Amino acid sequence: MLETYRNESDYPFCPGCGHGLILNSLNQALVKLQLDPTRTVLVTDIGCHGLGDQYFVTNAFHGLHGRSVAYASGIKLANPDLKVIVLIGDGGTGIGGAHLLNAARRNIGLSVLVFNNFNFGMTGGEHSVTTPEGAITATTRAGNLERPLDLCATVAVNGAGLAWRGTAFDRDLADVMAEAIESESFALLDIWELCTAYFVTDNDFSRKSLSEVRERLGMQVGWLARAERPEFSRALRAAGAAQAGQPALRPAAIEPLGVSPLDREFRMVIAGSAGGKVRSSARLVGEAALLSGLFAAQQDDYPVTVQTGHSLSELILSPREILFTGVSRPDALIVASEDGLRAARRYLEAQSPEDWLYVSPELSGVESRARKVVLDFEAAGLRAGRKARALAMVAAALRHLDLFPLAMLEEAIWRSQRGSVAEASLKLVAASATAITEAITSAKP
Amino acid sequence: MAPYTRGKCEVHGVRVMREFIDGATAIARGALDAGCSFFAGYPISPATPLLLHMIRELPKVGGVAVQAEDEIASISMCIGAAMAGARALTATSGPGISLYSENIGLAIMGEVPLVIVDAQRMGPATGGATTPAQGDVQFVRWGTSGGYPIIALAPSSVAECYGLTLRAFELAEHFRVPVFVLTDKEVILSMATVERSSHETPGPERATPHYAIGRVDGLPPFSPYGGPRVARFTGSSHDERGFLTKDPAQVGRLNEHLWRKIEDHAAEIELARADLQEGAKTLLISYGVTARAMAEAVRSLRAAGRPVSALTVHSLWPVPENAILDAVRGPDCHTAIERIVVAELNLGDFRREVERVVYRWAAQTRRPAPEIAGIHRLDGELITPQQFVQTIL
Repeated sequence: MLETYRNESDYPFCPGCGHGLILNSLNQALVKLQLDPTRTVLVTDIGCHGLGDQYFVTNAFHGLHGRSVAYASGIKLANPDLKVIVLIGDGGTGIGGAHLLNAARRNIGLSVLVFNNFNFGMTGGEHSVTTPEGAITATTRAGNLERPLDLCATVAVNGAGLAWRGTAFDRDLADVMAEAIESESFALLDIWELCTAYFVTDNDFSRKSLSEVRERLGMQVGWLARAERPEFSRALRAAGAAQAGQPALRPAAIEPLGVSPLDREFRMVIAGSAGGKVRSSARLVGEAALLSGLFAAQQDDYPVTVQTGHSLSELILSPREILFTGVSRPDALIVASEDGLRAARRYLEAQSPEDWLYVSPELSGVESRARKVVLDFEAAGLRAGRKARALAMVAAALRHLDLFPLAMLEEAIWRSQRGSVAEASLKLVAASATAITEAITSAKP
Repeated sequence: MAPYTRGKCEVHGVRVMREFIDGATAIARGALDAGCSFFAGYPISPATPLLLHMIRELPKVGGVAVQAEDEIASISMCIGAAMAGARALTATSGPGISLYSENIGLAIMGEVPLVIVDAQRMGPATGGATTPAQGDVQFVRWGTSGGYPIIALAPSSVAECYGLTLRAFELAEHFRVPVFVLTDKEVILSMATVERSSHETPGPERATPHYAIGRVDGLPPFSPYGGPRVARFTGSSHDERGFLTKDPAQVGRLNEHLWRKIEDHAAEIELARADLQEGAKTLLISYGVTARAMAEAVRSLRAAGRPVSALTVHSLWPVPENAILDAVRGPDCHTAIERIVVAELNLGDFRREVERVVYRWAAQTRRPAPEIAGIHRLDGELITPQQFVQTIL
């Protein structure tokens, strides 16, 4: 039985300051609950109240202004069995408003004690998000014009399990704290108090003023929310529990099935439209190259809005490790659409007569120094729609370039695709034979 | 071309196993193999794949990954989780590091083991979200108030993404500091061929963190929340029990400790790969994606019978001063190098460190200093092997 959770140090607060009253209530609450000090964490941030963790025998975390709720969230997420109590000032609820709102929304099991004295006591009495309208502070010389934030209503409407408003003088404060700490839910206690150094003197403020201001603002006292909701740190673990023990990110190793005769770096660029399976086709080529004993490198380019415009992949295939991955002049350029053509301009212009250019029929007029092959799948009796065209063209080009057997591309498809998707891809690969044969035959002078 | 041969591929009698993966996958796997158990991050190109990997993979190993409300919350949650005993990772790009900045200072002051991936993007502000750049080299070094040392590792390949992430976790835990893995869009998003053996080295066996304390350059013991002892953490100047103090002796000792625990151990932290050649008059120095173009240039120069030395820097911070000076002295230990070329996708972030180290050494040893030149590029394109080749004496 621990009779106190206070250590032997005396509080450093100004005479009449409410912080000591609140910390005394916290001590009573801890005594009532008999929490294990090694399993309890007091998280504080900046402000006079933030000195508070130093007067207790529990674990303590003293961090940056307004971030206490975020640190506490991390502690709770890492170890949901810990009791995590946040001591934050009204200043901290302003600068750290996003953390407070999101912790409430998630209903993460923190107990947030707001030491609300309506101003920044540590830095000289500046106004905060809870300063009442009309109040004089160091930064509202003519009276505060900003509406004070209703902390309790804000967290309550956004999902906090518990929300309570009262004052440092309330006789039941320790009991309220004990209930909040014992609860599994997110709990915020908006505890109004006096800053005798600044707010009291600047505004002729007193204990009586606390209830007058509250009535003027129409802010409710007592419990504004008092219900258990699923607690986030446990809910998150429960949601992931089904996956526990599954292998995490294990290698999908590729064992080469042969040795390609390719004796130099071969650079290929595939350019098409977003949604045209350009990148996945390029990836299949890369995997097929690995299956053929080659090294491969792939980098993609696409606009920020991913479902519109171009999609382009650069591929390098090589018998040795690929060091530099930039492609300026592709040995083979495959252009599947107008979008792709626009994105591939610089490659097109860099190509030489010994390079290859593969284009779809509507791009057959494109000017190029490279040897041009028009791949007309419809003429070859194959319906290669928008989504199938890149893979069909790539398969036809590979068949033509003969870098490795097309069986390697088929193997790569089997490795990464399933069922009807794989079958559709394999059908395209098979049909590409006719398309390339016809294209080459018709291209002959 | 020779005909295609079917059959298993062997190198020196060992069956070859390869993978076609990107740097983000390698970093995520390195983190998982290092025992990472917590991730918090916020979506930002080009670091988002790490958030997605960790959200998907961490539950499988009993860990927790969360998308935080912003970058400040991401690193705050990581710091909290680390102090509760988790091995924490976060990932962002340069603009996110700006928002991490104040909490990086907290992690230094509170001696928090934490790994931060910075997938660099081009330019200030939004810049080029998916454009390769190396502009955060000095930013991560000086990115928080007070000017304290940090450790930053820069992988230049997908395989190194794995190994250096493992190393980052080791260093973070050993020195109780935030450690950066500084990478870029090109390394993190591009697919590369990786030999299984080069990145399947299992992580070292780890004991529960336990550090000797006493010396100012020594390492304090780590006790997580929820452990057998009560632990105190604070971002303010503190005594050895974690209580606030203004006592000049204690404050001075603390700040000297935060500095010296890294600086005094720089030689054991520094990492670089030297590829030196006798008779070389030029030493190329680079890191990250640019080091790949350097390696390609070295390969073609040597094939053409032109000697050249190269140094790939893996620890940008601390600067690998010993490796740089060893390379400058040459493989035969007398000054062979007449010219140093530092290549990077910025206007000389790391060149100034090379100048500092080499000019100081030259002044101290009364030797003529080699010329130090730079190859720089800021147009979003990579530095090419040809750019290196053109600078060779």
